[in-house]
Amino acid sequence: MSEKLLEVKNLHTSFFTDSGEVKAVNGVSFSLESGKILGIVGESGSGKSVTAYSIMQILAGTGKVVEGEILYKGENILNYSKQQMKNFRGKKCSIIFQDPMTSLNPTFTIGNQLMEAILLHTDRNKEEAKARAAEMLTLVGVNEPEKRLKQYPHELSGGMRQRVMIAMALACEPDILIADEPTTALDVTIQAQILELMKDLQKQLGMAIIMVTHDLGVIASMCDEVIVMYGGRVCERGTADAIFYHSSHEYTKGLIRSIPSTQNMKQKLIPIAGTPINLLNMPKGCAFCSRCDNAMKICLEQIPEEIWVGEDHLASCWMNVKKQMEQEKVGASK
Amino acid sequence: MAKYFVKRVLLAIVTIFIITVIAFFTMNAIPGGPFNSEKASSPQVKAALEARYNLDKPLLEQYVIYVQGLFHGDMGISTKTGRDIAQTILESFKVSATVGGMAAAIAIVCGIVFGSIAALKRNTVIDRIIVFLSTLATAVPSFVLATILLYVFSMKLGWFQVWSADSHNYVLPVIALSLYPMSYITRLTKTSMLDALGQDYVRTAKAKGVSQVLVIFKHALRNALIPVITYVGPMIASILTGSMVVESIFTLGGLGSKFVTSITNRDYPMIMGTTIFLAVLMVGMNLISDLVYKLVDPRITFD
Repeated sequence: MSEKLLEVKNLHTSFFTDSGEVKAVNGVSFSLESGKILGIVGESGSGKSVTAYSIMQILAGTGKVVEGEILYKGENILNYSKQQMKNFRGKKCSIIFQDPMTSLNPTFTIGNQLMEAILLHTDRNKEEAKARAAEMLTLVGVNEPEKRLKQYPHELSGGMRQRVMIAMALACEPDILIADEPTTALDVTIQAQILELMKDLQKQLGMAIIMVTHDLGVIASMCDEVIVMYGGRVCERGTADAIFYHSSHEYTKGLIRSIPSTQNMKQKLIPIAGTPINLLNMPKGCAFCSRCDNAMKICLEQIPEEIWVGEDHLASCWMNVKKQMEQEKVGASK
Repeated sequence: MAKYFVKRVLLAIVTIFIITVIAFFTMNAIPGGPFNSEKASSPQVKAALEARYNLDKPLLEQYVIYVQGLFHGDMGISTKTGRDIAQTILESFKVSATVGGMAAAIAIVCGIVFGSIAALKRNTVIDRIIVFLSTLATAVPSFVLATILLYVFSMKLGWFQVWSADSHNYVLPVIALSLYPMSYITRLTKTSMLDALGQDYVRTAKAKGVSQVLVIFKHALRNALIPVITYVGPMIASILTGSMVVESIFTLGGLGSKFVTSITNRDYPMIMGTTIFLAVLMVGMNLISDLVYKLVDPRITFD
């Protein structure tokens, strides 16, 4: 078994707003092994981005990790000093964001922004940092790197800017790269290029990636392991194959049903009925039960525990408990 | 860039020309003239004086003569004091510019600092105090403020002389002049700083491991200053040329008070001179602030 690079244990993150505590993440646990790609999938408001920001400690003003541990190589980063955290960000763990159009500072050149992280985290002097920045741009497939260094973000296209973001994130060779919906704001052809680039770089540099997305296609093509989140909780986890071919949570099943396919072009899409839950007022039982076709009484009352539904495949759904109990009953009557 | 600059300068000349036309003809449209005083002077004396200042000629001709003089660097002489206008303006501008320059510097520096603090300490006591004081300072008219300052610090506490013939103490007028623009800049900076701090690129900078101080003063502030610059350019122009009210209360003898007395005296050459001077300064500051804009925000193009 390979080394556990990052372990998130029972993470609870809340935003304290005027209207009350918004419980964005409610007890998420997962671990990331070095060199692996972990996918976190879920709809808007499922807590996937907040989980990522919690790891980086870049939550917006009112956000706070209220419970849990985030272990990087065994050390709890929540106990890090400001200085240690500065060293962690950008050097050990980097992040790229959803919208490359707004994620770069419009008033500084690409070179300035790329070199900033390099100068902060390595011993390189200005000249060496510039050379490294140009090297990184070449690595991410930006042509004419020397010229680009002098340009401002508004002079580049969206795809180019996301490449710059990737170059910036990888400039100090982090162990972990968090990609927060890296392709959502890009058009389809550019999306494919960026994903391909990330896969290549992952192989070349060997870092681990946490891929936060709502795009199941991205998950299928990239990830070793997948976590499905809903209402700030993990509802299912396992290998990409297990999640896609043996979905064991009603929410995951709904997600996969709602993917349009080329075989049923004429049919209507099957959406998941209802609206996302109100994080200000979490239900007592399963977060998904108000939208679940197969909800049972117990779903309203109690939060389902995670149980094994296959090899490397866990799900938190009372349906699985019921199924297992039925199987046991059959076994007993024989 | 150069093309833009030339275009702007040409436009500025046109603007100033239009201002001279409006000023000249409205000035002459006001009842009364430079030599209509309560003391009745003999018609011969009056006619001689008017001839000396070309006031006996048709209005259009007067204007042409004036503009011709302007092109020769001659702004005429005052009908009241008989002194050279250009020199008078320059002398009084020195006073106004000294007081105004200090006031503008204080307003900009303090405004940006207080505004940033208010944004960073949002919803704390510090923020509330800054917002309260700056709202108060924007609401109090400068003549009230100047009078209160004079009353409290000169009359009651005796820290500063009310008036002195040989030396001027600029502390009180500078405070009176700077408070309004300072409060305005404070509120402007706070709003735009809050906006900048919520932007994605600030999050990116933080995620790179940039320290809090640098995130604020490098990444956020530069973007936050863009709207402030729009206000600061014209503000400097108007503050440098002096405030009539503040200068009168503190008897500074600056350009602002000269401007107003020239109107009540119907001192035609002086009215024209000060108007043109103000117009040139205002247009120039606007141009400079537009150029500074480009320096701060590379997205702005001049084509």
